[in-house]
Amino acid sequence: MPPNLPRVSASVAMPKPALQRVFDNLRTARFSLIGPTVREGAIVLEEIERLDDLPFGWSDQQEPGRYRLKKVPDREAQYFGFSVGPHSWKQFLHPPRLRLLSSEKTNGNWVFRAPQEPPPHYAFIGVHACDLAAIAIQDRVLMGSEFRDPHYAARRENVFTLAVNCGQASTSCFCASMKTGPKAVSGFDLALTELPDIFLVEIGSEAGSEMLREVPWEAATAFDLGRASRVIQRAEKQISRQMQTDDLPDLLYEHLEDPHWDEVGARCLSCANCTLVCPTCFCTTVEDTSNLRGTAAERVRVADSCFNRDFSHVHGGNIRPTIKSRYRQWLSHKLGSWIDQFGTSGCVGCGRCITWCPVGIEINEEVNSIRAKAAQ
Amino acid sequence: MSTAFATTELRSPVDPMLPRLATIQGVKPEAYGISTFSMNFVDPVERAAFRFQPGQFNMLYLPGFGEVAISISSDPSTPEMLGHTVRYAGSVTRAIGRLKPGDTLGVRGPYGSHWPMNSQAGTNLVIVAGGIGLAPLRPVVLSVLRRRDYYGRVILLYGARTPADLLYTGEFDAWRAGGIDVHVTVDLADENWKGQVGVVPQLFYRIRVDHKNSVVLTCGPEIMMRFVIYEALARRIPKEAIYLSMERNMKCAVGFCGHCQFGPTFICKQGPVLNYAAIEPFFGKEDF
Repeated sequence: MPPNLPRVSASVAMPKPALQRVFDNLRTARFSLIGPTVREGAIVLEEIERLDDLPFGWSDQQEPGRYRLKKVPDREAQYFGFSVGPHSWKQFLHPPRLRLLSSEKTNGNWVFRAPQEPPPHYAFIGVHACDLAAIAIQDRVLMGSEFRDPHYAARRENVFTLAVNCGQASTSCFCASMKTGPKAVSGFDLALTELPDIFLVEIGSEAGSEMLREVPWEAATAFDLGRASRVIQRAEKQISRQMQTDDLPDLLYEHLEDPHWDEVGARCLSCANCTLVCPTCFCTTVEDTSNLRGTAAERVRVADSCFNRDFSHVHGGNIRPTIKSRYRQWLSHKLGSWIDQFGTSGCVGCGRCITWCPVGIEINEEVNSIRAKAAQ
Repeated sequence: MSTAFATTELRSPVDPMLPRLATIQGVKPEAYGISTFSMNFVDPVERAAFRFQPGQFNMLYLPGFGEVAISISSDPSTPEMLGHTVRYAGSVTRAIGRLKPGDTLGVRGPYGSHWPMNSQAGTNLVIVAGGIGLAPLRPVVLSVLRRRDYYGRVILLYGARTPADLLYTGEFDAWRAGGIDVHVTVDLADENWKGQVGVVPQLFYRIRVDHKNSVVLTCGPEIMMRFVIYEALARRIPKEAIYLSMERNMKCAVGFCGHCQFGPTFICKQGPVLNYAAIEPFFGKEDF
């Protein structure tokens, strides 16, 4: 059979069950598939193999401090009918626990060895537009300066990305304000829009086109394209939350001593949930261990959070001993100094920090409060 | 001294977190709980290639204990032998304190920004240090001595809590003989102290500075630097001519770990030496 593959940037229509064939092609190409699946009452990201592993027929309800799954009626059931959950792709590209170094003392001298494991080949299934933007931000942080994180780079270079255009927004979402979604515009190999009868597939790269080998597809009709754009429009209309960004970072820099920080600091529990679920938060610390004789040692990099008390420890104490000061650091970095550091905001508007905050602190509302006080 | 080389197996061309092996060559006690460790790289290629600027730092690594950011306090013109003045403050620095000549440790660097050593010929330097803050400024002093004629007046204002906490006191006579105006103070004197008593910023009252042609370089506790800046500004030295070296928790030194952020700056990359005009909106903000 002659290869009949769509060209890059084409849109094609594909029967929904044919997505299994794409999965099989990816697995044949030695990719580990990572995608959404239902576990313990949430849609999480883990290794999947089959269409059945996807959360077919499940949707989610999100509010500040609240997340619940719900079954949708059979006739509305979809594979990708949900918003982003507690996991993000950073746990695969920037693992929360990673061995950096092994040291061994031989003849009284230390010998240092970097780990030798080959990096994994991941195919990310169902990446929302906000998370594509988040990956692009972490690229800048970990690969975009004079130093490159070789561990991140090795994982990142291998990734295959199958994006999904959002068909619905949660009450926490504000990607439209951050100009990251709901439509995936770049940074993917394939992008799906789920319609009742078909997937509309946009080809983002040669590698993406290659994965449609032996997949039954047809050129998309104007009808299909129109339906797909209405799906995305519907999601965009559902977004009610807004973040005003035109006065950032100056608004935050000029109000570092605003009394509002005390007010939000009194509500914040400093639990670090927001930094764990945030798809761009990148901070890490290191753990050093040794054997009892002190002749062999390991260095492990672990995820850290600016909400942890000893994050800012120097001799003589912590720079940020109060919750207020740690919340101010997180927010003023995420929305403010990130821009000066990396040329982009650190926020993509995914809303995870709002949904997974146990006390329901809303990042956009905190900025609004500071702005309102500044205007008085 | 050992001659074995570390076998560093790199997975990618450059792993910025991978230390290089170095050997302790000397330990010189400087003050109570503070010593200077001289060390050089085991690999002769590494040793010959290493260069640093005054104010830069290295990450010193002791397997099983951890890594600390320590300024290089030796002469930049002899980079094959590196001096690090270490105060025993935490578990890693205390473990470094137990090292003896011949012991090995990991070193990676140099990292960070440096003091402005190439301002216009004839510029006056006002070097202001508190406690161990003199360690990152000692390379400035040593560089100045090598080309003293290039600079105008060079003044060192230095202080510590007690006379026993003063660093490099044995070198002060040579520094004075080399044309540096050295003023020393202590917060708390003992019965043998015949010098000035008082905090470091007060030493400004003993000198005259030409505000049109002077650069201030300061390192010490943040509260000290605040008042040094205050005294400098009061003498009409412009903000742009004031440089300070700052300290923050640091895990990686290459901008990945996030710990050392100070507003928009990473102390490990844009710092530790920062121009005051660039950080004025953030400096001195409580718990920032």
